[in-house]
Amino acid sequence: MTTAAPTAAPTAARAQQPKLGRTVIFRILRSDGPDKPQRWESFKVTINERGANVISCLQQIAANPVTTDGRRTTPVVWDSGCLEEVCGACTMVINGKVRQSCSCLMDEYCPNDGDTITLEPMTKFPVVRDLWVDRARVFHNLKRVKAWVPIDGTYYLGPGPKESPQQQDTRYVLSTCMSCGCCLEACPQFNLETDQQAWDSAFIGAHAISQARLFNMHDTGKSLEKLRLDELSGPGGVSECGNAQNCVKVCPKHIPLTESIAAVGRAVTVHNLKQFFTGR
Amino acid sequence: MAGPAKSSRVIVVGGGLAGLAGTVRIAEAGIPVDLFSLVPVKRSHSVCAQGGINACNDVARQQGYSEYEHFDETIYGGDFLADQHPVLEMANWAPRIIDLLDRMGVPFNRTSEGFRDLRLFGGSLFKRTHFAGATTGQQLIYALDEQVRRYEAEGRVTKHEFWEFLWPVIDDASGRCVGIVAQDLRTMQIRAFRADAVVMATGGCGLVFGKSTMSVMCTGAAAARCFQAGVWYGNPEMIQVHPTAIPGADKTRLMSESARGEGGRVWVPRRKGDSRRPRDIPDEDRYYFLEERYPAYKNLVPRDIATREIFSVCVNEGLGVAGGRQVYLDLTHLPSSTHHKLEGILEIYKKFVGDDPQHEPMRIFPSVHYSMGGLYTTFTPGSYAPASPREKHKSGSASPIDNRIGQGMQPGAVNNAMTNVPGLYAFGEANFAYHGANRLGANALLSCIFDGLFCGQSVVSFVQGEAASAPSAGLPQGLFERFVQQEEAKARRLLDTTSAPQDDPATNPYVIHRELGDEMTDACTVVKTESRLQQAWKKVADLKDRYARVRLGDAASWTNQTFSYTRAVGDMLVLAEALTLASIQRKESRGAHYRSDFPDRNDDQFMKTSLCKWDASSRQVKLEFIPIDASLIRPKKRDYTGKDSSAVAGGAAEKRVAVGASA
Ligand code: SF4
Ligand code: SF4
Ligand code: FES
Repeated sequence: MTTAAPTAAPTAARAQQPKLGRTVIFRILRSDGPDKPQRWESFKVTINERGANVISCLQQIAANPVTTDGRRTTPVVWDSGCLEEVCGACTMVINGKVRQSCSCLMDEYCPNDGDTITLEPMTKFPVVRDLWVDRARVFHNLKRVKAWVPIDGTYYLGPGPKESPQQQDTRYVLSTCMSCGCCLEACPQFNLETDQQAWDSAFIGAHAISQARLFNMHDTGKSLEKLRLDELSGPGGVSECGNAQNCVKVCPKHIPLTESIAAVGRAVTVHNLKQFFTGR
Repeated sequence: MAGPAKSSRVIVVGGGLAGLAGTVRIAEAGIPVDLFSLVPVKRSHSVCAQGGINACNDVARQQGYSEYEHFDETIYGGDFLADQHPVLEMANWAPRIIDLLDRMGVPFNRTSEGFRDLRLFGGSLFKRTHFAGATTGQQLIYALDEQVRRYEAEGRVTKHEFWEFLWPVIDDASGRCVGIVAQDLRTMQIRAFRADAVVMATGGCGLVFGKSTMSVMCTGAAAARCFQAGVWYGNPEMIQVHPTAIPGADKTRLMSESARGEGGRVWVPRRKGDSRRPRDIPDEDRYYFLEERYPAYKNLVPRDIATREIFSVCVNEGLGVAGGRQVYLDLTHLPSSTHHKLEGILEIYKKFVGDDPQHEPMRIFPSVHYSMGGLYTTFTPGSYAPASPREKHKSGSASPIDNRIGQGMQPGAVNNAMTNVPGLYAFGEANFAYHGANRLGANALLSCIFDGLFCGQSVVSFVQGEAASAPSAGLPQGLFERFVQQEEAKARRLLDTTSAPQDDPATNPYVIHRELGDEMTDACTVVKTESRLQQAWKKVADLKDRYARVRLGDAASWTNQTFSYTRAVGDMLVLAEALTLASIQRKESRGAHYRSDFPDRNDDQFMKTSLCKWDASSRQVKLEFIPIDASLIRPKKRDYTGKDSSAVAGGAAEKRVAVGASA
């Protein structure tokens, strides 16, 4: 398993920049559809540009999809959008670790001639084709926690609540979650579930718990706090988190997920006690 | 008013800011919305917008700023090409839109007292840009995405994600748009959907240029299909090239104008070939060319101007860093609190280039960023009608009118943002309105949301009025079937090409697209000339020829991405043709459109919209110039050098800015 690359000493890194013109091997786990068998295919890609990343290499493969053993095949299917790690679309498992492929640079992952890189689809979501998975459940789970501020419509009614810069800072970070699903792929409690009927009782996952915290922090968003905590104290709620902390390690937006889980966990405890004593 | 027919529905195509804002507004009026998107709407291209959203605000107002000045700046910044009434309405709505977004929970940056913080942006001397870190677009679209999700949970909105728009269904009898044909990108099923009005909110066409700052779905194909179905297209030649982007292998990545708004400085070494490391070059050996050439606006001149200066410094004057096409954008002198506010974009640079902009100046170069042009839309002017156009507004002086709504456009008038096809609307970057020949920074998010909220009301009026008397639900099924069959036939023709051998680059869709992108970037961006454009015109014709023989690399009947991509390449070629033709025929320079062989603006002949129509019989673009609405401000030569009598002196400007500064 290879992990993300060095962040330090850019000048030192630049002194020995990987050579252009080198050839790297892409090993890609492919399948033609949801119920079709998976197979590995390998492609040779020449790195001709500084800043080449997994997406630019996949584009090269698409233009001329010939495997290392000389067989012409179909272009690989993958999901992408912004290409700057802000939309979350291009998430896949690279060298065994889940991450965005657009920000995965060849200079870091394959600095030498002949290096190999492995691409696989995420495993916690049903495969559509090749590297593209269906993450509808990520969005569905946002509905479970009512991840919105219940405003009184879009007519002009003046400004929203004032907010301290400290609270804004906290909310801002939580609000950068791009629903990429890395935290779910890495979580031992979150499992593949193809039956949509079962989604509402299966573990909801770190991103949705964190979003519940975000909206419970907002002055107007708070009004739905009780409903959110009802959901999160039920089946598939926060108590199913085993505290493995994998989620926070893989979140590309550095969202303090374990902090959110702890905060929501405490709120759920208080909520349950209240319900126990008042019956509401 | 009749109220909507029971069966009334609206289709919104595109789930970026404009589409989502429109969806919220229309659904709120009680009309069910079918929302179509190539991607889950939360992943739309609006997430890439960074810097902020402009609006007059209480602090700036007390310093002399007004909605009217925002309007004036936008017209002037757009080099007098935009119809003026719609821009006035947009500027007047801006503060109300900020308040609404605030209520939705957008984490706008705050002052220590808890008010919304502001930053300086290009083309203005006042702080009027609201922001959430350096990922404002992401934060705004998330807020709207959440509201739409709420309506979806309540059953008022139905999302069709991973569906591709193929064609508008236009009823021959009434000429009205009564639905769309779309394709599920997983099952590849093609089917028709009925609607009483259709809103195209499908964004820009950056992919026509190969690499741009845009997301991979911004091909412009949806707009191009409407165009080929008879919808007019305005000002295709007006393409914004953003001055500061990070060159990359797969795309260019935006380095927001907010980097300069927060104090970033653009420079190159004064001496050609100075090979010292940037931090070893002392201040007197640095050429801060924007500051020297534009003492009032400095690094915050409008984008078209900054772009041409950077281009010229590198290409004509040979002063680019390391002799190449790059200049420094320097933030190293700024305090860490400022770096914190810009974290989102500094991260992007760090991640994709490897250097830390806190310690090392960034190396940037201009790149295609935004389409000012787009589907042609109409409007009903509001109540403001001066006897003759006023002179340009003197910055900071009293506004001639107040900020009441309805002075720019008549609220709820059915033709606001409607194309020439009744019932077919275009919102956001997909239309040609508001930005003229050059868009000011932080006005895009505004125009998208404004279209959704304000023109969304016009869609509601149309559905309750004209459409209610002949609802689409009552039309014969055969009408819709015919359009489905037409699209299926096109699809089959393309799929049938898979049988042929694929290794000829001449007919490879990826190669055709790459050549198109290179050609358009070379001929149709920063500097254009007749001869180069004529060459591009031939090249596009040649590529169209080759495209007619295109060979598909994948015959799959399930999730065939190559198929959808190849189809879009054909549509990009149509847009490229319109873009090149309008660039050739507009023999003047205006905003982003700079012709070195016609370097001056020519208002007599060209203060006009270049209007493109598709001639279906010859399969060619026809172009005419039509007058604009310039009834509010008299055109004036654009000048940001500070010699201009209406521009305030640099010192005064800075004082104003300092008052608004905080945190
Ligand atoms: S801390 Fe909880 S949510 Fe995060 S990975 Fe572990 S089990 Fe999953
Ligand atoms: S919390 Fe982080 S890892 Fe999880 S979905 Fe959001 S951005 Fe992705
Ligand atoms: S494509 Fe948007 S995160 Fe990679």
